[in-house]
Amino acid sequence: MTLVTYVPRALPLWTLASKSLPRIVVIWLGFVPTAVLAALLAPSLLLPEGGFSLGPDNLYLWAALPVFLLAWRFKSLFGCVILGMGLVALGRYLLG
Amino acid sequence: MQDTMDTTPEIPANPWLRGFKRATPIVLGYLPVAVAFGVLAQKNGISGTNAVLMSLIVFAGASQFIAVGLIASGAGPLAVIATTFMVNLRHLLMSAALTPHLKGWSKPLLSLFGFGITDESFALHTLAFTTREPDARESLAVNFTAYCSWVVGTWTGIAASGLIGDVRPMGLDYALPAMFIALLTAQLKDRVHVLTALAAGAFSVILLAAGLSQANVILATVVAASLGTGIVLWNSKRSS
Repeated sequence: MTLVTYVPRALPLWTLASKSLPRIVVIWLGFVPTAVLAALLAPSLLLPEGGFSLGPDNLYLWAALPVFLLAWRFKSLFGCVILGMGLVALGRYLLG
Repeated sequence: MQDTMDTTPEIPANPWLRGFKRATPIVLGYLPVAVAFGVLAQKNGISGTNAVLMSLIVFAGASQFIAVGLIASGAGPLAVIATTFMVNLRHLLMSAALTPHLKGWSKPLLSLFGFGITDESFALHTLAFTTREPDARESLAVNFTAYCSWVVGTWTGIAASGLIGDVRPMGLDYALPAMFIALLTAQLKDRVHVLTALAAGAFSVILLAAGLSQANVILATVVAASLGTGIVLWNSKRSS
């Protein structure tokens, strides 16, 4: 498990860090953060319990909206984490 | 090592302290997840030593949970290793995306840094690397802080597996999604990036709904990043 976890993480660092890459590769890699974060995040918001849900009980999704607004306007990472946790906790408390 | 252009008083001058402080959101997210992992491992008959060892030498959230499930269901070591590889292949892309910023780092430094690349540390690093030159000590401190919280959380979960019921009433399970929202938002600097994000998110969800539960992230990333690149190249060709 260590090996198959570590090698994908370290291999590009060993092989690519000292090289200058073609422009198209650099552009492509520049999109990777955006794409990978969205690909990780979207399922956790839209399928929080494993099933697709857009209903009012999907707290993960509804809490995401104010968190997004906060992130967009104020760029506060820590503030987003606190607001998100607070909203989900509050929602669960109110919904019982 | 060059000094960064941080001049705001709240940011500690010591790079180790800076990294430690920047990792706080990750710690907040990792601790409850790691505790949950420890509890789960314990309840599935994995010894405390083995569970802590797994966190110490593997340090990969999702695949550790999956491994516990697989081991509990009687899967062999090969199945566990193959699944872990699939799940962690996405870090290959993340690591590659970080490399353009890491020129001039020594091999040992890169090897150490690579161990700590997780979804969360990657997200923090990309944000930092776009605004300033990466400081090796600060970056390693971010990884190391996250790593410590993961191991300590696992140990806590094992030690307290009988006591801890649920972290859900405190909303702690939302720490990482909230952090991802903030970090993704910071990435959306123009329309092409917004489009890439929407495509990646939609494609990831569709693949997952279609039953592709491990490869969805990596496939969606490759397709969406290619889409973004295509648009950039097409635009530059049109305007030249």
